Amino acid sequence: MDLNTVEEIIPADRSAIEGWRPGDAWLAGGTWLFSEPQPELRRLVDLTAFAWPALVAGAGAAGLEIAATCTLAELASLGASRLGSSPGGEHPGPRGSRRRWPATKLFPECCHALLGSFKVWNAATVGGNLCLALPAGPMTSLATALDGVCTVWAPDGETISIPALEFVTGPGENALAPGALLRSIHLPDAALRCTTAFRQFSLSDLGRSAVVVIGRRSPRHGEVVITLTASVPRPAQLRFDRSPTAEELRDALDEARLEYYDDVHGDPIWREHLTRMYAEEVRRDLEEGRP
Amino acid sequence: MRINGAEPRGAPRPGQCLRTYLRDQGCLGVKKGCDAGDCGACTVHVDGVPVHSCIFPAFRAHGREVTTIEGLAAGAPGGRHPLQQRFLDTQAFQCGFCTPGMIMTGAALDAKQRADLPRALKGNICRCTGYRSIADAFADAFAGERRNGNGSHPSRDLPAPAGPEVVTGREPFTLDTAPEGLLHMKLVRSPHAHARVLSIDAGQALALPGVHAVFTYEDSPARPYSTARHEHETDDPADTLLLDRVVRFAGQRVAAVVADTVGGAEAAARLVCVDYEPLPAVFEPEAAMAPGAPRLHAGADGNLAGEVHSEIGDAEEGFARAASVYEETFAIHRVQHVHLETHASIAWIDADGRLVVRTSSQVPFLTRDALCRLYDLPADRVRVFTARVGGGFGGKQEMLTEDIVALAALRLGRPVQLEFTREEEFAAATTRHPMRVRVKAGADGAGKLTALGLRIVANTGAYGNHGPAVLFHSCGESIALYSCENKRVDGYSVYTNTVPAGALRGYGLSQLVFAVDSALDELARALDLDPVEFRRRNLIGPGDALTSIEDARGDVEIGSYGLDQCLDAVHYALARTRGRDRPEGNWEVGEGIGISMLDTTPPGGHVAHARISERPGSGFTLAVGTPEFGNGTTTVLVQLAADALRVPAEQIEIIQSDTDAVLHDTGAYGSTGTVVAGSAVLRAAEHLHELRRERGPHSELLTAEASCDGSRRSVAFNVQGFRVAVSPRTGEIRILFSVHGADAGTVLNPLQCRGQIEGGVVQALGAAMFEHVDIDASGKVITRTLRNYHVPVLADVTPTEVHFARTRDRAVGPLGAKPMSESPFNPVAPALANAVRDATGVRFATLPLTRSAVYRALADRRAVSGRAV
Repeated sequence: MDLNTVEEIIPADRSAIEGWRPGDAWLAGGTWLFSEPQPELRRLVDLTAFAWPALVAGAGAAGLEIAATCTLAELASLGASRLGSSPGGEHPGPRGSRRRWPATKLFPECCHALLGSFKVWNAATVGGNLCLALPAGPMTSLATALDGVCTVWAPDGETISIPALEFVTGPGENALAPGALLRSIHLPDAALRCTTAFRQFSLSDLGRSAVVVIGRRSPRHGEVVITLTASVPRPAQLRFDRSPTAEELRDALDEARLEYYDDVHGDPIWREHLTRMYAEEVRRDLEEGRP
Repeated sequence: MRINGAEPRGAPRPGQCLRTYLRDQGCLGVKKGCDAGDCGACTVHVDGVPVHSCIFPAFRAHGREVTTIEGLAAGAPGGRHPLQQRFLDTQAFQCGFCTPGMIMTGAALDAKQRADLPRALKGNICRCTGYRSIADAFADAFAGERRNGNGSHPSRDLPAPAGPEVVTGREPFTLDTAPEGLLHMKLVRSPHAHARVLSIDAGQALALPGVHAVFTYEDSPARPYSTARHEHETDDPADTLLLDRVVRFAGQRVAAVVADTVGGAEAAARLVCVDYEPLPAVFEPEAAMAPGAPRLHAGADGNLAGEVHSEIGDAEEGFARAASVYEETFAIHRVQHVHLETHASIAWIDADGRLVVRTSSQVPFLTRDALCRLYDLPADRVRVFTARVGGGFGGKQEMLTEDIVALAALRLGRPVQLEFTREEEFAAATTRHPMRVRVKAGADGAGKLTALGLRIVANTGAYGNHGPAVLFHSCGESIALYSCENKRVDGYSVYTNTVPAGALRGYGLSQLVFAVDSALDELARALDLDPVEFRRRNLIGPGDALTSIEDARGDVEIGSYGLDQCLDAVHYALARTRGRDRPEGNWEVGEGIGISMLDTTPPGGHVAHARISERPGSGFTLAVGTPEFGNGTTTVLVQLAADALRVPAEQIEIIQSDTDAVLHDTGAYGSTGTVVAGSAVLRAAEHLHELRRERGPHSELLTAEASCDGSRRSVAFNVQGFRVAVSPRTGEIRILFSVHGADAGTVLNPLQCRGQIEGGVVQALGAAMFEHVDIDASGKVITRTLRNYHVPVLADVTPTEVHFARTRDRAVGPLGAKPMSESPFNPVAPALANAVRDATGVRFATLPLTRSAVYRALADRRAVSGRAV
């Protein structure tokens, strides 16, 4: 919809971060910003002006750097040709990412968990979805499940790192200070090398997620990490040194004392049941996948 | 930027979305269904990539090539993209408002996406068709197959005359026009559910540049009225003022701001200072009926907008001699129409000084009459008309925008437009009446009903628009369908401080049919009888009297009887057709049916005039009053006229839904388009045909007129059957097979009639499984967007097999046809609940049957509701 109070659109640069003021909003894809009335906004700061490469493999540390402005379409269709190379040039982009990084299977799975259709993928961004901080945000599911680390440009010019698990703090709430900017999400190589299992369910087929359970198992140490999103107000994670038994998983869920989310997309009783059921299915998938 | 190959004029505003920019550039095929990226009606291509233009910042299209529906087929042979042709071939639209976006999405799909169409189209909502015809259009769109839509019979399956315009985005809807000097209105709405307006300060708002007026209670005529429109003004309580000093629901309008632009009106609306004195509010009808409850309207004791009390026979005697009695309270929830075109209208003063209103309405003539009364104008000083209307489902049998834009146009002398947002539709238009229905049903050892008792409490919301009429209608056909000597009804339509309820497809019957049919299904089980067999023993026969409440139904006759055929068709189809396979794993499978009856015409008369004239040269002009909003009436009217005159349909030009066109038309509600307007058209066309034959060769242009007053009434029947699988692990209900039997009398256009049924079944499934308008503790509607109010998309749909009874009505017509637009909705929810009961043993007395509700009930099966005595 028209954001009629917006008077100006300015291209983003580092100085725009220092010049941030109330009434400003970072504009990435715009798919959420333009979907609801925003009467408090006066200025949009266009992040595409940074022209960040969407996906960079091997930048800095081994792993994948996803720009906040990377679209879901770009993420979903991740393939060798789409990967840029590291600016430092030390680590050339991998070829055949799926073979080297089995966890990239989660990319299209999480994109499909977005309520919006493939047309929305063409504009919606990974960073925008994460910052929106909806419990059902599928990029939150992805980033937390793979131990993503968010690179944030703080208003004072500092660059800080925030684990994705701590980035979303509640429904619609994130760890960004006013004026701070999510630059990118780094997915570590170790997590990308994991085998994964994915479960999602909603009140209607292809609907808004009521529950997303993602598990991953490290090929080297057998560590198992199960991440819960959508059914809980903010992401929750269960970590095990090795494949847990059903009982160990159940105990871990009990001990976590999770509060389950209540909104029009599902009630807490149903969500808790689905979460436990799918967590157990994911546990078994990962166990069966043992080489 | 280039738009369809051409340079646009002027740059977009900073916060403008691509949708409105494209419309400013004249691309009016880009529609607004939600303005929030949910419905897909505004889909366009940017550099060949499909996007929702309502959430695409317009400035981002700079330097890029934008293609809209208008430019899709540029250079294509015949001027149509293959998918546009296929949408015509399969008639994959009804109102047609979603069609441009559906086609723009479809045209951008690759082979892999086309192979998973439900996923590819999850961002496209069609509220009319039920998607079968859309899926069919895709099935062959890229195979190059063509089919002649006309077939061998010239009139049967005639495609909609507007089809070529609809699929190319050229068909104008309500706001697809821009009069010179157009001003825009925004409404200031109450945040309180119940409050007195102490004062309104519009000073700051009026000081903004470009603001022309702020209207408040001081500008309101003192005459109360109802927003509901009926042939008889007295059908609805006159409890509404244009701008009231008391607000009775959160979302009620308190002021109207008019400015040069929408943005200017929004800004000014935010500056209007309203001082409220909050009043105690009540949200539940039972509480509102209790002594000491806050009173909404002076004179409405117990907050009653209407009540009904009737006893035919002796219900207590009936229950006393019953072998089994079943009693349960059923709760039917609030749902919204979600017609894709929101309410909207434009009012202006024409060159003759007449007030003219172009509106999205099912009832232009009744709206004209209401405006005349409100502003003390003679009928010839007001003209109301509609363009093609983007869906209605009853929601536009209501005057929600025309009254206030008319005031602005009369006062300012300039054209003024008001367009509801999707949020306003949810928060401040109308909904279905939520109801609690206590049903008591008794039967003897032979499986014959001995007594039926109903206690209905309907929540009419803050105003009584349609309240009494819906209440009366709800307890009519729902129990007249059953032959039983003893029937008792107590019903209340109750004011509460919630968004007003209004007319919605079925008009009270969807609620009562759910309650009654569910109860009878349970009673059959208590008697150890097959539910279908039990119904057969109790349904009315062709010679039976129709009884429901005292002094009602004397004028309704069974002019044709296809109920047995419908029931047989559904019963046999369920027995012999497997449908989709039972899913792997732990699923419980069951079958159920639901049965409903609908009077062909509302009570008290429903009037249509038609005039048909020879045109200079050749061809005919047909003038009627009824609007086209996807009901397909226009197609049938053209078909009837062409057949009567023995000419091809192309020779009939139709002028419709304009108070200047004919003397009167009650409007398109109560499923009257075919039956009432159709009868008038058939008579006029037959008369003209006679005149032409008598006259022989003639030079003057002949005209014939006719009317129908809808005074003869018959009944139509619908039977829905489902086979479902229910997962106790997730609560999912998977429909394995869906079959519908319809007694529509003579089926004038089978392709179109089938579409109405498919669409009705899917809309009803949405209401039964997904949709619910929720209200918070302060009375505010919290489900205000389509992503928080899920209506069916292609992924939610199982095709429905449709069977028509072979009947021909002797009482109504044209040609023995009966209506089939509202009625397919009514038996769906009970059929679903009965099938789930059959599968799981659990009776669901509360709608909707969401996955979470089903899971919870199956997790605790001790909570079997109802009791057999």
